[in-house]
Amino acid sequence: MQNVPLKRRDFLGITGGGLFVVIHAELARAQEPARLPTRQAAVADFNAYLRIGEDGRVTCFAGKVELGQGATTSLSQVLAEDLDVALDAIDIVMGDTDLCPYDMGTFGSMTTPLLVPAVRRAASEARAVLLQMAAERLAVPADSLRVRAGLVTDPASPSKTVSYASLVAGKRIERHLANVPVKPVAAFHVIGQSPRRKDALEKVTGKAKFAADQLPANLLHAAVLHVPANGAKLATLNSASATKTEGVRILQDGELVAALHERPDVALAARDALVATFSPASSTPDDKSIFDHLLKTAPQARPAGQRGDVAEGERSATAAIEHTYLNSYVAHAPIETHSATAAFENGKLTVWASTQAPFMVKNALTGALGLPADKVRVIARYTGGGFGGKTEAPQAIEAARLARMSNRPVQVVWNRHDEFLFDPFRPASVMKIRAGLTAEGKIAFWDALFVGPGEREAAPFYEIPHQRTLSAGGWQGGNPPNMHPFHVGPWRAPSANSTTFARESHIDVLAAKAGVCPVEFRLKHLTHPRMRRTLETAADKFGWKPGKTPSGRGVGVACGMYANACNATMAEVAVDKRTGVVRVNRLVLAIDCGIVLNPDGLRQQAEGSLTMGLGYALTEEVRFKGGEVLTHNFDTYAIPRFSWLPKIDVVLIDNPETQALGAGEPPIICMGAVLANAIHDAIGKRLLQLPMTPERIKSALAS
Amino acid sequence: LNSTISFTLNGKPTRVTVDGERMLLWVLRSDLGLTGTKFGCGEALCGACTVVVNGEAVRSCVTPVKSVAGKKVLTIEGLGESKLHAIQQAFVNHHAFQCGYCTPGMIMSAYALLNKTPHPTRDQILQAMDDNLCRCGSHVRVVAAIQEAAGLKGGA
Repeated sequence: MQNVPLKRRDFLGITGGGLFVVIHAELARAQEPARLPTRQAAVADFNAYLRIGEDGRVTCFAGKVELGQGATTSLSQVLAEDLDVALDAIDIVMGDTDLCPYDMGTFGSMTTPLLVPAVRRAASEARAVLLQMAAERLAVPADSLRVRAGLVTDPASPSKTVSYASLVAGKRIERHLANVPVKPVAAFHVIGQSPRRKDALEKVTGKAKFAADQLPANLLHAAVLHVPANGAKLATLNSASATKTEGVRILQDGELVAALHERPDVALAARDALVATFSPASSTPDDKSIFDHLLKTAPQARPAGQRGDVAEGERSATAAIEHTYLNSYVAHAPIETHSATAAFENGKLTVWASTQAPFMVKNALTGALGLPADKVRVIARYTGGGFGGKTEAPQAIEAARLARMSNRPVQVVWNRHDEFLFDPFRPASVMKIRAGLTAEGKIAFWDALFVGPGEREAAPFYEIPHQRTLSAGGWQGGNPPNMHPFHVGPWRAPSANSTTFARESHIDVLAAKAGVCPVEFRLKHLTHPRMRRTLETAADKFGWKPGKTPSGRGVGVACGMYANACNATMAEVAVDKRTGVVRVNRLVLAIDCGIVLNPDGLRQQAEGSLTMGLGYALTEEVRFKGGEVLTHNFDTYAIPRFSWLPKIDVVLIDNPETQALGAGEPPIICMGAVLANAIHDAIGKRLLQLPMTPERIKSALAS
Repeated sequence: LNSTISFTLNGKPTRVTVDGERMLLWVLRSDLGLTGTKFGCGEALCGACTVVVNGEAVRSCVTPVKSVAGKKVLTIEGLGESKLHAIQQAFVNHHAFQCGYCTPGMIMSAYALLNKTPHPTRDQILQAMDDNLCRCGSHVRVVAAIQEAAGLKGGA
């Protein structure tokens, strides 16, 4: 436990008295970009902290955001467990840059593996200090005391009790205990349970406040005039008819043009009445020509995995098969569009923003508005889905600039068209894999080139003596400026959701070539014990009947690893050969993500990933031409809906040997391949391009 | 253009003096401050803005406010004011949400469904809810929650 030195009094001032414990998550700190000097610079040596108040309540402040993944609930469980306090005595404050210490952002399935262990260590130490204080107070040795629900008791003398609240009352506690052990798994009574989600009541009653639900006094709603295509520039503007409506203001500052009104719909209508011309975008590819374009514009490929000698492996192979797998741009399409409410008060800017990364947004705001860090506060209380698409928040800058220009609070809510146009899409990709078999039916060599998706999980985890994986371009930026016609970025399990499609499809291709059951073929090439167990568990739950493909049954399998979580997915599909429509009847997922903090929360993430993954596998594809996104709304971008629902079985593998791992992303990565493999099993044709739309199915059937 | 429009909102007589062509969603959220009803697509394609008008689920983003004159409008704020409605309780029990943004619209669509069809089959639930989109993938739980609220066997 750290003392809370005076330089941290700004935190203390906001949060009141009590016992403060700061929490270090070393890896998260190491990943903090050095270029982010914020007000938190002085206290950037910790990532979260908790306070045990004089009222006995425990408050944990962390810079993560509740996106729906249930982090507020799982963090509460961890604190309740390691402090021995009641779950409902815990409050979690997240996503507020004034109250919470710096956090890079909520993505990459990092909250559980990085923040949770740090919180556990800090809570365990706090509990030990409190026990030591109680021992002094009660004149009883600390190791004979018991704690339950924040009340310390001497079992030998039940009248001797003291609460955490009274121990911390009126004090500044400055003690440090080294090497306090955390509770062993066997002693858990809160971790591993599935309590009611902390956010449940607010979310079912409509009381949960999202960024656009903030309605400060004198609020103006702004509809921003966006360019019609990425790369286009405003040329001329005539606002005469837009200003005819009473109360409409048109504000312009360079490229930022917006219609403002007290009512959001009136502002939007005024924006639509603006007459503007734009210089055309320079981008030329469309959603058909993009794959050739990517090959032409990609940067030099870099090694992403190498073992043995591919040329030697190829000489030992009796058969080789090469396929090129294609994947399209997909949108994040959260139901909450990018939104922000910005208000200045006494020179200080507060922005409520829908974002996964409030500190990143704060930094962007200080830069864009030229404000010192202590004059900007970003609050992301609830965010209506992110999936990687809300790490940046350009709408927050729009709102803040307009608030300054108008001298009034301003709210910006992108409409669905804006959302599709400026979404940082998952990059499209071209993935070539050439691989061969030995006479014994083992994989002799594997030679892969991934253009576009990034290199995560690109290299196979199977035992292949001679293999080489190259990767060119990625989702994290650094691509040549003309490579993608628009922004690309992280999309739930970035890179892995594409690379797994190609790899697991090609493994099935090889299994079929070898005439071996695809499960057996995988097990023959797998030595990773957790992955093997995961695959066997899925096969058992699914009732997998061994057999070579295509069998006509419409069953498929795929394995994936992401953020150290192992998952195996199995599917059963029916393909309507006349319409080309694929119906997914059943999905089984087995997942090993270490210690399970909250089984129901994990199941939610798994079910959500599987359901969402139906979309990128079957229908989701951004249409575009010349930088213009032709996909405008959900009528032309089909995301999964109720009528698609398969029967879903999720098996959580009990693995107390491995640290708890994040699970918001891993279960989605197999969906492309497992359905491609099941479709191949059903119709005997291999789909090499996602999404596997009815047209592509029909065209495969006709080939 | 402005006219005075009277309707019953969550059981209370309500009058607004607005342009009657404006959509109910914005009048609810902005003029009346009821932010439980959400904007998602603006074209009746996602269901986030669903409210119940005279027992029917409607998309408030394409419903001119004049069309609810004299009618009974129910929003998420009007459900379970003192105690959770059975549907809300079932959504809690099944954790039938993640980010929670589509949830008010889901609950209002489910309310209208059970209003008309108290004991729906699974297929009827899928059909009635099909135009309510959820990006987090809470569908299996929403179905289970509606089944529970309808007094049917819970579980997906």
